[in-house]
Amino acid sequence: MTAFPILRRSDRVLIQGVTGAQGTFWTGRMLEAGTNVVAGTNPKRAGVTHLGLPVFASASAAFARMEVDIAVMFVPPPAVKDAALDAIEAGIRGLVVLTEHVPVHDMLAVFSYARASGARVVGANTAGLVTPGEAFVGIMPGHNANIFRPGRIGVISRSGSLGTLVCLNLTRAGLGQSSFIGIGGDAILGTTAEEALQALDRDSRTDAIVLVGEIGGAMEEDAARYAASMAKPVAAFIAGRVAPPGRRMGHAGAIVEAGAGSYAGKRAALERAGVTVVDTPHAIPAALARRLSPLVPERA
Amino acid sequence: MNVLEYHAKTEILAPAGIPVPAGAWCENPDTAANVARCLGQCVVKAQIPAGKRGRMGGVRMAGSPDEARAAAEDILSRTFAGHRPVAVLVEPRLPLIGEFYCAVLQSPRDRSPLVMFSPAGGMDIEEIAAAGSGTIARHLIRDLDRFDATAAAAMLEGMGVDHVKPALADVLARLYRLWRQTDAELIEINPLAELADHSFVALDCKFILDDAASFRQPTLAACAVADPLTGIERHAAALGLKYIALDGNVGVLANGAGLTMTTMDMVSHFGGRPANFLEIGGDAYVKAEPALALVLGNPNLRSLVVNFCGAFARTDVMARGVVEAWRRLKPAIPVFFSVHGTGEDEAVSLIRSEFGKEPFDLMEDAVRAAVEAAS
Repeated sequence: MTAFPILRRSDRVLIQGVTGAQGTFWTGRMLEAGTNVVAGTNPKRAGVTHLGLPVFASASAAFARMEVDIAVMFVPPPAVKDAALDAIEAGIRGLVVLTEHVPVHDMLAVFSYARASGARVVGANTAGLVTPGEAFVGIMPGHNANIFRPGRIGVISRSGSLGTLVCLNLTRAGLGQSSFIGIGGDAILGTTAEEALQALDRDSRTDAIVLVGEIGGAMEEDAARYAASMAKPVAAFIAGRVAPPGRRMGHAGAIVEAGAGSYAGKRAALERAGVTVVDTPHAIPAALARRLSPLVPERA
Repeated sequence: MNVLEYHAKTEILAPAGIPVPAGAWCENPDTAANVARCLGQCVVKAQIPAGKRGRMGGVRMAGSPDEARAAAEDILSRTFAGHRPVAVLVEPRLPLIGEFYCAVLQSPRDRSPLVMFSPAGGMDIEEIAAAGSGTIARHLIRDLDRFDATAAAAMLEGMGVDHVKPALADVLARLYRLWRQTDAELIEINPLAELADHSFVALDCKFILDDAASFRQPTLAACAVADPLTGIERHAAALGLKYIALDGNVGVLANGAGLTMTTMDMVSHFGGRPANFLEIGGDAYVKAEPALALVLGNPNLRSLVVNFCGAFARTDVMARGVVEAWRRLKPAIPVFFSVHGTGEDEAVSLIRSEFGKEPFDLMEDAVRAAVEAAS
């Protein structure tokens, strides 16, 4: 039974698009980190062995031969929808969509199909999932023990680069991570900040949570509503405080329109819910340590 | 990407069987006067990709060709929320007996399309919402293939529109089909006007195309209005980079949208002002050289902070790009680095040998040093 979107070493992983340059490079890193990658797909190269993995024409073909829990997609934007529907139809439980610039209507079709089939999607436009010391999937240095170290802090981030920096800061402060959940930078996501918060709240290996948010949308406000009911401490950093309104800041989701999705609104909602909101990423470990002081801090 | 009202009506609504007024695109006041001569009482509307035009004086009633000419002349000489209209739309004034609001958009919370209707059209949806509950009908579409006139009629129940329900339901069903066919993020008719014979006409239409789908919507993408860009921003767009000019003097180069916004935030936190937003995350990490050249092209620059945290982006590749740009342009401003993550060892030794300085361990310290150097 998978704990997706919390990644476990026992999760059997299928890489869609395993033979491309990025698929090859990052699958190599995932294998180094101990991820249980069991197969890959490429519609044109079925039957070959790549990185020691069997390559199938489709997720359905892979499922006919083996059991798979999670599919991770290294496919270009126009091909994401069909690859995702293939994996969901085959019976996947969890789908990680790394691709950026997937058409919104394609993702809505994927979400609709996933909902009807009981599958969960993370992304699109996510950097991936890391459970330090166990496994990682995605396009981040999950295999680097200087950055990701086992521990009891759960981290949720829209951004891969900023999320990586936050984990580095935590590790250096002696606070290891139970799980990193990259939810993605798109405006509509398969797993929201609130849903990731719920998963980490239920996780017995997690004592406290860091939420790394961004301006735009209402996801942090929704997460705040749930955080108000939590016993575990939550600290947050929201990027985009000085971003000019009305301009998209790289991520499709990061835009402040007509006053909605503003830094001030998100910060106020989180603080009302008892979340400690910090001004700089570097302040996160100390803020968490203060909140965790009744507990024994993790030593790296 | 926004599509102008005129194109939304003629390219999207009318071909789908949703009636629109018989208007004309006028790029100069004389054309507007000529059109008004044929139409009689008319409306002159600024064609800009932004809402609230009426309040900014961008929608004028004209009772004669001279009034239409004067309205067009004024509108075409002005800027509305940063947009200069390239044309006005001149339409006949229609005698209406009712105004409705109709829209299809996506609901991030529900990960589904959302159809919205209100009998209180003519004002912004935020104002309708503020006016009280019960005036907006919302219908979430869980199965994307299932929203027809029957479902639309069901959502109109209790909205006080029974006398025109089939016709309104037909418009809503057509609007949803259109939304799907056109890769719309938003399609909104406000107001949908009811005429004396209980027929309907779309008086205004807002349409936003999903940028990511423009490859398969070439016709709509061609008439979509791009953001008004400065010279550097346009140059960046041609290189496939997202650059936003800001009014400060501390240049920012970072990878990933989240880290770049954070670096800007830190500049402000330490009392400085960022000069730009520019991120080279994702596939763009190989473009550090042209990206930095863009940042350095800003004459206001007094210092630069380079903040890399490599996940997908390799910091060694980005650092090499920085070095190449620096050698080529020989800028006279101080630069401050913080580098972590994928490729870190190589990147740090390259920076050490090329710049004779050590990257800051904390990005906050690198930003603080850059702010101090700029002040």
